[in-house]
Order: sequence, then C-alpha cells, then structure tokens
Amino acid sequence: MTGARKLTMAQAINTALRDALTADRSVVVFGEDVGPLGGVFRVTDGLTRDFGEQRCFDTPLAESGIVGLAVGMAMNGLRPVVEMQFDAFAYPAFEQVVSHVAKFANRTRGRVRLPLVIRIPYAGGIGGVEHHSDSSEAYYAHTPGLTVLAPATNADAYALLRAAIELPDPVVFLEPKKHYFLAEEVDVLAPAPPIGRAVVRRAGRDATLIAYGPSVPVALAAAERAATDGRDVGVVDLRSIVPFDDDTVCAEVRRTGRAVVVAEAPGFASVASEVVARVTERCFHHLEAPVRRVTGFDVPYPPPELEGYYLPGTDRILDVVDDLQWDAT
Amino acid sequence: MDTATVRIVEPDGEVAAGAPAPPPVAELLAGYRAMVLARRLNEQAGALVRQGRLAVYPSSRGQEACQVAAAAVLAERDWLFPTYRDTAAVVARGVDPVEVLTLLRGDWHCGYDPLAHRVAPQATPLATQLLHAVGVGHAARLKGDDDVVMALCGDGATSEGDFHEACNFAAVLGAPVVFLVQNNKYAISVPLARQTAAPSLAAKAVGYGMPGVLVDGNDLAALTVVLGEAVRRARDGGGPTLVEADTYRMDAHTNADDAGRYRGEDEVAGWALRDPLLRLRAHLVARGALTEQLQAEYAAAAEALAARTRDGVTRGGGVDPEEMFAHVYATPTAQLAEQRALLRTELELEGS
Repeated sequence: MTGARKLTMAQAINTALRDALTADRSVVVFGEDVGPLGGVFRVTDGLTRDFGEQRCFDTPLAESGIVGLAVGMAMNGLRPVVEMQFDAFAYPAFEQVVSHVAKFANRTRGRVRLPLVIRIPYAGGIGGVEHHSDSSEAYYAHTPGLTVLAPATNADAYALLRAAIELPDPVVFLEPKKHYFLAEEVDVLAPAPPIGRAVVRRAGRDATLIAYGPSVPVALAAAERAATDGRDVGVVDLRSIVPFDDDTVCAEVRRTGRAVVVAEAPGFASVASEVVARVTERCFHHLEAPVRRVTGFDVPYPPPELEGYYLPGTDRILDVVDDLQWDAT
Repeated sequence: MDTATVRIVEPDGEVAAGAPAPPPVAELLAGYRAMVLARRLNEQAGALVRQGRLAVYPSSRGQEACQVAAAAVLAERDWLFPTYRDTAAVVARGVDPVEVLTLLRGDWHCGYDPLAHRVAPQATPLATQLLHAVGVGHAARLKGDDDVVMALCGDGATSEGDFHEACNFAAVLGAPVVFLVQNNKYAISVPLARQTAAPSLAAKAVGYGMPGVLVDGNDLAALTVVLGEAVRRARDGGGPTLVEADTYRMDAHTNADDAGRYRGEDEVAGWALRDPLLRLRAHLVARGALTEQLQAEYAAAAEALAARTRDGVTRGGGVDPEEMFAHVYATPTAQLAEQRALLRTELELEGS
C-alpha cells in the first residue's frame, strides 16, 4: 500500500499537521495569521475550518507570547505546534526558547517535559526584503535541550514533522521557505526516518558534500555537475542538526577522504563550523585534504538584488571541490 | 476604574471604615498561623545563608500576607506560578521547604515536582513565567477543566515585555489567570518611580481590558477577599484580573545586596509599623479569637518548620555530577552519552 502523491512542501507540512491533529486530540496549532488566512505561506490552510478554532487559532502578534503560551500549554498536557512567521521575526521569542523551552525538562529533573514544536520558515532564496531570509539555526543548535531539524525534501518535511510532534521534547523545525511551493512525490505512509539520522542522498567515491535544508538541492546539483567533470561526489543530508548523526557523516567521509560542508548561514561560529570540527576530530587519519566550508559570507543577509552573490551556489562549491588537493594523490 | 486601595484591617488592627466584610475568623486565624510560619521561614533561610548553607535567599519578609493569601485562595487543582522571592508562598501551598530551597542551596534548579504540586518552578528571569501561567490556564479551558492559575511577579517585572504580552494574551483568550503583582517598591535598588509613570500598576489593567484592583498588600484580610474574588471570577469564565498588592520588601534584595545605598532607615521604619503580622494579630486579639494558647501553638509550629528546614538544608540532598546529562533530552543524544562517559571516567580516576 502506498500513500504517494505530489505535494509541495507547504502541502506536505499541512498534511502532517492535519494527520497529527486527527491522530492526537492534544495537538493544537497557533501563531500569527495561521487561522482563517492559513498562514502567510498557506501552511495551515483550512486547519481552523476543519478542526475548529480551539485546535488552530490566531494569537496576538507577539512571538514571546506565542512561545511562552506554548510552554504553559505543554506543561498542562497539550502538544502545541506554533508558527513563527519568519526566521528573523522569531527573535522576540528568543528568551522563551533558550531559557525555558530548552531548559524546562532539565530544570525539573525530567518531571516536566515540553512536547512542543516551533515551526520556523527559514533561509533565503525567495527575494525577501530585510529580516525575511535569515538562517538562524546556529542559535538554536547551540542551546542544549533543543532538537533542531531542517528537512530538505517534502517527504522528510512530512515525516519529520510527524515525528517532531510525537517527540516528548521541544523541537525547532526549520522549513526552507524556498521549497514551500516546489512539488515532489511524498508517501505519507512510508516509514518515518528516526529523528537524528542523516541520509546519504547520493553516494560518491571521491568527495562528500555535507548539507541540510535548502543547501541540499544545491549540493546535489553541484555533485551532478562534478560527475560530468569525472568526479564522483556524494551528498549527505543531515536532516537533523541536533541530534547530530556523527556515524553516517563520518562513514561517508572516511570512504571518500574529502569533505565540504555547504550551508547558507554565515560561516563564522556556525553549524557548518561544528560539522568541520566533528569530522576533522573523527576522520583525521582518513582525510586527503582539509575539510572545507562553503557558506554564506559573514555579512547580514543581503537585499534581494544581491542574494545571488551571497548564497552558496554550484560554482562556489565546485571551486572548493577542485581545491581539495587532488594532485597529492 | 477605581484604584482606591482595598483595605479591611488598618495597621492598628481596627476594621477600616466602609471596608468590605472580612473573611470568617477561622480563615483569618489560619492565615495568621501561616504568616507566622512564613516569617520564621524567611528568618531561618536568611540565617542559613549567613552560615553558608544556602547560596542566596531573596527574602519576602514584610510580604508574608501576599505569600500566604496567594496560596490560600487556591483550590488543590489550581496552579501557582512563583518567582524566586516567593519561597514562602510555595511552602504555604504545601511543598516541602527543603525541596523548595534546593534551588537556593545549589543542588539543582528545582527541587520539587511541579506537576504533583501544581506549582511551577520558581522563575528567576522576570515575567517570563506569566506567559506560562496563561498557557496552563488556556490549556485547562481547552480541556474543559475549571482550574485557575495564580501568577506572581514584582513591580520591576511589570516593565518587561513578557508582562505586557501575558496580560494581553490572557485578556484576549479570556484565560483563567490572576496576576498578583507584589509592589514591594524596589527592583533590587531601582524605585517604582523609575519603572513606571502610570498612576498605579493596577491601573495598567485598563489597557488590557481586564479588571485591576489595588489592595493593601500587608492586609491579609483584604488580600484574601480580593484574590478570592478574582479566583472565583476566573473559575466562572470571567477571565483574568490584575491585582496590585501595595507592600514593602523589608530586607535587602538578597544577602548580597546593600539596601542602605538606596533607601533610608526612616522609610523602612515607617513600613515596620504596617507589618502584616502585627496588624492581624492586633485585630484577632481584639476580637478575642487569638488566644495566648493559640499564639504559643503557632510559635511552636514555626519553630518545628524552622528546625525541619535547617536540618534538611544542612544535611543536603547530595549531588550526582552525572545528573547533568540525565534530563536534557528524554533520550540522551550520542554526544551526551559520550560526555557523560568521559565525566564518569574522570570521577573513577579521582576515586581510585
């Protein structure tokens, strides 16, 4: 039996929310404009109509309030799934996320776990004006207690969101907004990957590109081009930033001996930096070249007319791949 | 909006002219007893800090009427959201004092089970817990429960954004929350005049569309009536209330603070005359309700509480370094398992 159909990522997430609302009475969805409008990206389209105002509702326009409300509702037995409208508009909620969402279970010796999900449309590539294109994953990944997921495919968006809602711990769910309106085959009945497991999207013998979220298709395109140049480059999709899957990543890098991490966020003190450090610590004796990064520049996210220069593209990735000390072998 | 201060018992123990009817005398006696215990707990905890047994203690001496009334008006199924200064309220709610002081002893961040007692962990960030209180209350309504949430904060916290968001969310959602602001006049050193230009903190309720009540925070009778009414209203679906209790922090912010740098002895002495215990004692003695025998019984109960607290805190709960890794995630990550093993190895080497 198969539940395969063509869905955009927005539809895949909408389907995940619907299925979760149907499966579990304790699931509630709220945020800004998520009610009758269906969210600015239409991710919650029709949920208020179909599940009622008690299960999917608009809140006042205040992100700290939304996340703080979710904390209390989770304390009292519900499973809130909240939407931050855009990455950079989630920052008013930062104290709630870092000081409460992340720490509550630890503070209470595991007596109060917070099964809540904070959905954040994130990253760039949509021509958004200022404050609409941040890659904010490092802030969350740096905070112990949070699970941080960044799906790259619509199938993963569905499966990982279902798993995130069922997890007893809080999850920051980063949705690459440039994927919202791209359709892909999604099988909602397919077994869900466990949270914390990376996946090899493309096997390669010569080098490994490590990416997550919106950088995965870019890495795949770079690998495709590399193949025409005679280089067999693989791609690992992290899917889960926290927990981090050292085993899958390192197994690939040990096989190829060369690795490049690709991510949109500025590279300094980034998730990409952490991946480089982890891979270097664990795979040093297998490496033929330094582990490299292709990331956003260390500048505020640029205006739409400049984002093409900022975002890691296949050219920049291939230039770095070319630079992986091939002559030495 | 009426922001005249609600008072029932005057500082000299007389009933205020035109005051609402006071609570039944049995309730007042129970409240007085609880205040005697709360005062003794404040003093004992202060002594434990001086002895190095507690890392720090933010005292509620002078605010015992608020501490006791906040807990007393709640039913068992209701929730209390305390701050770091509300140890006495948590104990008045029935939580073991040694478990409560775990935070300040430094063994762990919260020593009691918040769900078993329906008491949130004491919040050290300001006003953030008010939103959690609204969430608990709103969830209760969605589930069809009639639980009420008592959310505590101080005057300083009313300047925080989360205070505003919590009041606004509660009013818009009609959440069953009572916000009790203990206006003790100082946020560490900064006086109320530097926090707000509003005529009162209770007056802020107007902007949220909820009732605001200003009450004498050193008058247990008035607090019991005002908070009791707010709880009933919330339970009956009437939504939130903002209550400002006019009180005073008799001690410094904590033992690490030097109150002499920002307030005068005269001011403190003036508030000593408005002490919540002296006032209710005078009232109950004059009514013939508080006998010498009862006073002796209450004093003995307070000593027993102090002794239990002293012994428990001195004994300590013991710490396990590996516990740092135990609760971060329901299922520890591979990385945390690795780090825990590293620490264990270090501990084993130390022990060998």
